[in-house]
Amino acid sequence: MPALTEETAALPQLDNAEIARYSRHLILPEVGLEGQQKLKAAKVLCVGTGGLGAPLTYYLAAAGIGTLGLVDFDVVDESNLQRQIIHSTNDVGRPKIDSAAEKLKALNPYVNIVKHETMLTSANALEIIKDYDIVADGTDNFPTRYLVNDACVLSGNKPNAYASIFRFEGQASVFATEDGPCYRCLYPEPPPPGLVPSCAEGGVLGILPGLLGVVQATEVIKLILGKGDSLVGRLLLVDSLNMKFRELKLRKNPDCPVCGTHPTVTKLIDYQQFCGIFPEEKPAAMQNGIPQITPVELKRRLDAGEDVFVLDVREPHEYQIVNIGAPLIPLGDLPNRLNELDPNREIVIHCKTGGRSQRAAEFLQKSGFKNVANLAGGITGWATDVDPKLPKY
Amino acid sequence: MKIFIPTPLRAYVDKQDAVQVNAQTVGQALDALTVQHPDLKKHLYSDEGKLRAFVNVYLNDEDVRYLPEKEATTVTEADSLSIIPSIAGGWD
Repeated sequence: MPALTEETAALPQLDNAEIARYSRHLILPEVGLEGQQKLKAAKVLCVGTGGLGAPLTYYLAAAGIGTLGLVDFDVVDESNLQRQIIHSTNDVGRPKIDSAAEKLKALNPYVNIVKHETMLTSANALEIIKDYDIVADGTDNFPTRYLVNDACVLSGNKPNAYASIFRFEGQASVFATEDGPCYRCLYPEPPPPGLVPSCAEGGVLGILPGLLGVVQATEVIKLILGKGDSLVGRLLLVDSLNMKFRELKLRKNPDCPVCGTHPTVTKLIDYQQFCGIFPEEKPAAMQNGIPQITPVELKRRLDAGEDVFVLDVREPHEYQIVNIGAPLIPLGDLPNRLNELDPNREIVIHCKTGGRSQRAAEFLQKSGFKNVANLAGGITGWATDVDPKLPKY
Repeated sequence: MKIFIPTPLRAYVDKQDAVQVNAQTVGQALDALTVQHPDLKKHLYSDEGKLRAFVNVYLNDEDVRYLPEKEATTVTEADSLSIIPSIAGGWD
């Protein structure tokens, strides 16, 4: 595998303190002095400083990557701390990028940290990526996944060390190299919105981004050193529950719309639209034919003694954490338990934040229920606006 | 043969991580799977009956799309199919 850093360009020197710091690398023949200098010369962009970004950036900084670019616009939330180990309890409420930069700088002051406090968009992605040799995608949504992929291909095949996670499972690969497949070769189109739950909806084992983020960091370092076999053309599948690692062969698709022989995507597009996500008008009174009711409005109507049947469609283990006393029929059981519901009563459905209950309401409506509504914001919205004593998860 | 079911689709196969089917070809195996578990069908196939673009099916470690005979490829009891959907999580 050819190294990415030009051998002809003068590599940066290491001072005595750096030689002491990187000693365990320097005595590895596969790294050595020259390899460590290549790491120092390298510029790596990490998109996202969350679950994957935390271990990824930590290890890259420790390894002595010369320039580490960070892209994030989010703030640290309490629910991040279970896995985003670069952020601490004291950082809750701070911009993630500041919290991350501080930790990385404390770990290794030799690393030049470049902060891009913005959402990566079609308007800025090429401009941001152009200054880097390698990109590591640690984002969490399909539009950004496709944006990062396309931007890497269109920037002249910048390698993209990729990983993604869901519950107990992860996938990792290296996309967008000159000869290897890109993300679109594997998945030409995104799933329709709502079909694949996010980590916020589906949950994720805290160690999982640790495993996969470290795989990404490993691939980045190997690409810079030009050593070993990279994950180019391979998809690594990690099942942490059964602790099984498998791999699948990936092929470059000659008909790929972005990296194929006759590409149809030659500039960045609207990725929200591509993924079927359209800006919501707020506050939407209706969504897909389902009335949306706010927690405050529902509370008012219940207090007024109106005949409203509230239904919870979350899972039993979520019900255990917090509930508002509504009967529970998990979304997946709904088709078999319709007979438990009265089609003549008004039914307001809730879940955690409103996604699953919207699907449940659409299903009930298709099944002949005339008067169903969705609790916008779910039990989380209820806890925010009606009963702040309830825990949020 | 065994068909591995990924986490996001396990809700439609009684929460199993693998399903056992009898089949001579990849296509027959997928048919047998969706006959056993009809709820899975709309998640794997479009209304026109085509395998959805965000779902990849692998016979052992090879993408079925790149096999010369694609879904007509013959299989034995020792083979396994894996359904690999796209997942996006990592940051939030």
